[in-house]
Amino acid sequence: MIQIPCPHCGERNVSEFQYVGEALTRPNPDGVGPEQWRSYLYLRSNPAGPTVESWFHRAGCRRYLKVERDTVTNEVTSVTLPGRGAPQP
Amino acid sequence: MDMRLGPRPGEIIDRSRGLTFTWDGDTYPAYRGDTITSALAAAGVRVMSRSFKYHRPRGVMTASYLDPGCLVQVGDEPNVRASHRMVEPGMSARPQNAWPSLRYDLKSANGALAPFLSAGFYYKTFMRPKRLWPAYERVLRGFSPGGAVSPEAAHDYYDKRYAHPDVVVAGGGPAGMAAAVAAAAAGAAVMLVEAEPELGGHLRWGAALELATLGDLRRAVAATGGIEVLTDSVVTGRYDGNWVAVVQRSAPGVVERLIKARAAVLVAAPGLIERPYVFSGNDIPGVMLSTGARRLINLWAVKPGERAVVLTANSSGDAAVCDLADAGVDVIKIVDARSGEDVVRAKGGRTLRAVECADGTTVECDLLVTAVGWTAPTSLLNMAGDRPVYNERAARFFPGGGHDDVLATGGIAGDGSLEQLIDHGSAVGRAAARRAKEVSATTQIPSLPVEAHPALFRGLTHGFVDFSEDVSSKELEEAVAEGYDSIELAKRYTTATMGPAQGKLESVNAVAVVAAATGATIAATGTTVWRPPYSPVTLGALAGRSFEPVRYSPMQPWHEAHGAKPLVAGQWIRPDHYGDPAAEVRSVRSGVGLIDVTPLGKFDLRGPDVPKLLNQLYINKWSKLALGSVRYGVMCAEDGVVLDDGVTGRLGDDHYLMTATSSGAETVWEWIESWLQTEHPEWRVHVARVTSDFASINIAGPRARDLLSLVVDDVALGPEEFPYMRVRSGSIAGIDGSFMWRIGFTGELSYEIHVPASYGLGVWETLLERGADLGVKPFGVEAQRILRLEKGHLIVGQDTDGLTRAYGAGLDWAVKLDKEDFAGKPELGWQEGRDDFLRLVGLRPLEGTAVPAEGSQIVEAGIIVGRITSSRMSPTLGRSICMGFVAPHLAEPCSAISIVAPDGSRVPAVVTPQLAQVDPKGERLHG
Repeated sequence: MIQIPCPHCGERNVSEFQYVGEALTRPNPDGVGPEQWRSYLYLRSNPAGPTVESWFHRAGCRRYLKVERDTVTNEVTSVTLPGRGAPQP
Repeated sequence: MDMRLGPRPGEIIDRSRGLTFTWDGDTYPAYRGDTITSALAAAGVRVMSRSFKYHRPRGVMTASYLDPGCLVQVGDEPNVRASHRMVEPGMSARPQNAWPSLRYDLKSANGALAPFLSAGFYYKTFMRPKRLWPAYERVLRGFSPGGAVSPEAAHDYYDKRYAHPDVVVAGGGPAGMAAAVAAAAAGAAVMLVEAEPELGGHLRWGAALELATLGDLRRAVAATGGIEVLTDSVVTGRYDGNWVAVVQRSAPGVVERLIKARAAVLVAAPGLIERPYVFSGNDIPGVMLSTGARRLINLWAVKPGERAVVLTANSSGDAAVCDLADAGVDVIKIVDARSGEDVVRAKGGRTLRAVECADGTTVECDLLVTAVGWTAPTSLLNMAGDRPVYNERAARFFPGGGHDDVLATGGIAGDGSLEQLIDHGSAVGRAAARRAKEVSATTQIPSLPVEAHPALFRGLTHGFVDFSEDVSSKELEEAVAEGYDSIELAKRYTTATMGPAQGKLESVNAVAVVAAATGATIAATGTTVWRPPYSPVTLGALAGRSFEPVRYSPMQPWHEAHGAKPLVAGQWIRPDHYGDPAAEVRSVRSGVGLIDVTPLGKFDLRGPDVPKLLNQLYINKWSKLALGSVRYGVMCAEDGVVLDDGVTGRLGDDHYLMTATSSGAETVWEWIESWLQTEHPEWRVHVARVTSDFASINIAGPRARDLLSLVVDDVALGPEEFPYMRVRSGSIAGIDGSFMWRIGFTGELSYEIHVPASYGLGVWETLLERGADLGVKPFGVEAQRILRLEKGHLIVGQDTDGLTRAYGAGLDWAVKLDKEDFAGKPELGWQEGRDDFLRLVGLRPLEGTAVPAEGSQIVEAGIIVGRITSSRMSPTLGRSICMGFVAPHLAEPCSAISIVAPDGSRVPAVVTPQLAQVDPKGERLHG
C-alpha cells in the first residue's frame, strides 16, 4: 500500500486516491488531426521507471495532483498541483 | 492404547482440566492445552486423514500448523489444522476426504490407478468426450479434499483494526523476543506477532537450558513497556512501505481480526522449518520429523511410538534421540547421515511396520524420526523484494539482505548458540528502533556463524515431495522430462507447493528434485515467487464487519410505511413502486403523481465564468441563457461518447443550478472539478455539490399545476408567467429557499421542486394531504421509466453504452460544432455525416403482448444488427414499447426488424416514426 504525500493532507494511503492516468497535455482541439487526438485519448507510454501521472484525492481534499512516481519501485518522488493536462473520466 | 506420558517439564497441558471431545463419532479424553492431534495421538490414534489424490492414510508428521496429514472438519468449519487447533469441551471433529470411513476408504483405490494419475493427469484425463464434462465434474467433486461448508453457517463476528507500530517483529522465538525487547527498550512501539499460542518458538520443546532461557525472555517481554504481544497470530503479508497484514486469531470476542499495520520497520524472525526427507514410504503414519516427535513428547507428554529408528543429520535429530529415550521409546537404531548412513524405504500400510536401511538391515519399528535439514521461510522478506541466496555449506537459502527497513534475525539469518541468536536479535531490535525513529547512528549487528549441514533432499528411492497435493519426486522428474523444466513450470504442472503449506514443507525438496533432473544446481534453479498470504486467511477476516453505507432521501420513512418496494440504485435506496406500477403510470397520465427524485445530481455553480464552464462541458450552447430559463444539456467525454445529461437553469447573474443523472452525479462532479482544477484554473467558477442538500420531488400530470398552486403563493404559476423550461425560486408549503423547475421527463405537465432537505418529508406529506381531492398518488422509479419510455426519452447508460457517441443517440440537434471548444468536439466533428454507427430508435413489437427482454439482439440474415435497450408494457397504449439500436439501413421509420428473445424465439417489430410513442408532438407537456 503505497503512500502519496498530498500537499494539503499529508502522507495518505493510496486507497484514498483515484488514479486518473498519465499526465498528458491536451492537444488544442482546433485543427487537431485524428491520429494526434486519438494518441492523446488512448496511447500511453507506460514506462517501467519514473513517470508523471495524475491522481485525484477522492477521500481527502478532492484536488487533482500531479505525481512523479517510479512504477518499478513505487517510490513517489514529487507531488505538485497541476498546471495543465486534462485528465479524462 | 494410552500413549500419554507422565508430567514433562515444559508441558503445556493442564492435567487438572480434563475434557472430552468426539473424533469420527467416538469420544476421546483430552486436557486443556491439547491439540486435536495430540489428544488423539495420546489415545493411540495414528490415521488422521486420507491424502488428496491417492487417498493414502496419513498421520502426524510435524505436530505443527503445517502438518499436512492433519486437516479435519470441526463442526461446520472445514480444513481445521488439527495439530494446531486446541481441543474445546464437546468439540466434534471428523475426518475429511475419506469415504465411507477413514479406516476403509474406498477411494484409496486411486492408489491402484497411480500409473494413470501421473503428473498433470488432469490435463490429460477427463477431457473427451466434452459432453461428459458435467458428469466428470460431479464425480471429481466427490473426490475433492476439502471439508464441507454449510450454507447455513452464520457469519460470525470478524473485524479489522489499523495500527501504526514503529516495529513489527514477525516471530516470537528467542531472536524475535530479544529483538522486541531491545527495540522497545530503545523507545520504539513494538508489535510482536507469534503464530503459536505462546511465545517461545523452539525453546518451548527444548531441554532444561532452553526452558530456562524461555522463562527469562518471557519475563523480559512482559516487563518491557511498549510491546504489544499477539499470539496465535500471523504476519501474513508485507506490502509497499511496510504495510503489513496481521491475522489475529484469538482476540477475545472476535473470531479473527485483520490488523493492517503501517510499520516503520519489519523484523522477520520466523525461525526455521524442518524439512521432510523424500524416500519411499515417507508418508506412512509413524514417519515424522524430529521437531514433530519432540513437540509431542515435550509439549503434550505424548509418546509418539514404541520402537523407533532415528535418521539424524543435525542437533535436532540428536536431541530427539534423547527425548525419545526419556519418554520410554525403544530407540533401536540411529542412522547418522553425517557419516553417510541412510534410510532406503519405510514399509507399512495404515501404520509403519519396518524401515529398510542403506546398510542392508531392515528394522521392525512403529516410529521413524527424520532430521535431515531446515528450510528458511523467507517469504516475508521476498515480499519486500529480497532475493534469497542458496548457501551450499548450510544446504539452505538465506536472505539476500540490503533493505534497512526490513531486517532478519534468528535461525533464518544464521546458526550459532542460543546466546548468539539472542545477541543478534537484540542488535537487530536496536537497529530497528533507530531506523524507526530515524536516528542516524549505525548499529553493529554481529554476524551469525553458518554451520555446515549435509545436503539431504531425496534419498535413494522416490517418495512424496508434496504431501498435501500427493506429488512424488517421480512425478516431478516426469514433468521435467515432459518439458516443464523450470521450477515455476514444474510447480504449476504438478501443483507441488500449491497445497495448504504453500511450499513451506515442499519447496526446497521440489527445487532439489528439479535441479537434479535438469542437471542444474539448486542455487541456479532458484525458488518460486513467494506471494501473500504467508498463512491462510479466512474470507471472514477479509470481509470484516458488514458495512454497506446506503443513502436514503428524507422521504424514505414514508415510502417504507406505504409499502414501497425498495430499489437499490447505486448507493441509494429508492422506491421502485408502491404495488402497481401500471396503475401509477395511469394516475400520472390522467391526474397527478408525485415521485421522489432526491438522488438527482445537483450542483450549485457560481461565478462570472459559469457559461464558459457550461459551454466546455455540454455539447450545446450556453452563452445566452436568460435569467429564469432552463436548458437541457448533454455531456460527452473526450472521445465523443455520451457521458451524462441533465437540465441547467439560471437563478441569478452569476448563479446557476446544474442537474445530472442520479447514477452519474459523482462522475459529473469529478468531471467538473477536473476541468476547473487542471485545464482552466483561471476560470472564476465555484462548484458546490448540493445533491443531498435538497429533497427533490417531481409533480407530474395534467393536474400538476393545480396541485402546486395549493402549496405555492409567491410565484405566478400560469402558463404565460411560468412557461415550459423555466426555473423559479420561492416558498413551497411555507419553506423558503425552494426552487421549482418546469421541465418534462414523463411527457406530462410537470414541476420538479427542490426544497431544503430537512423539510422534504413535511413537504411530501403536505402535497399528498392537500392534493387528496385531486387524486394525487405517489409513483416510483419503475413507473417513471415506463412514462419516459412512452415519451422516447433516453437514459444515459441504459440507452447509451460505452461506444455511443452523440449522433448515434439521436442527439444530432444538440451538437454545436461551431463552438470554440467543448469536451468531445474533435470526435463528434469526425462522426458528423458518417453512416457507420448504430442509431437509437423507437420500436413497436407487432405482437402487442410481447415484451422482449432488454439486451435482446436484433438479427438480420444471421448477423447482429442491433439490440433492445429499453422495453416495457405501456399501460397508456395497452401494448409493448421498446427503444433500441439498429444499423443505419434499418433506422428508417416502418423498417421491419427481428428481435431474438433469450429462448431463441423471434419477435418481429417495426421502427416507429419518432422515439416518442405517446403524444409524439408533446402537446401535453407545453400546456
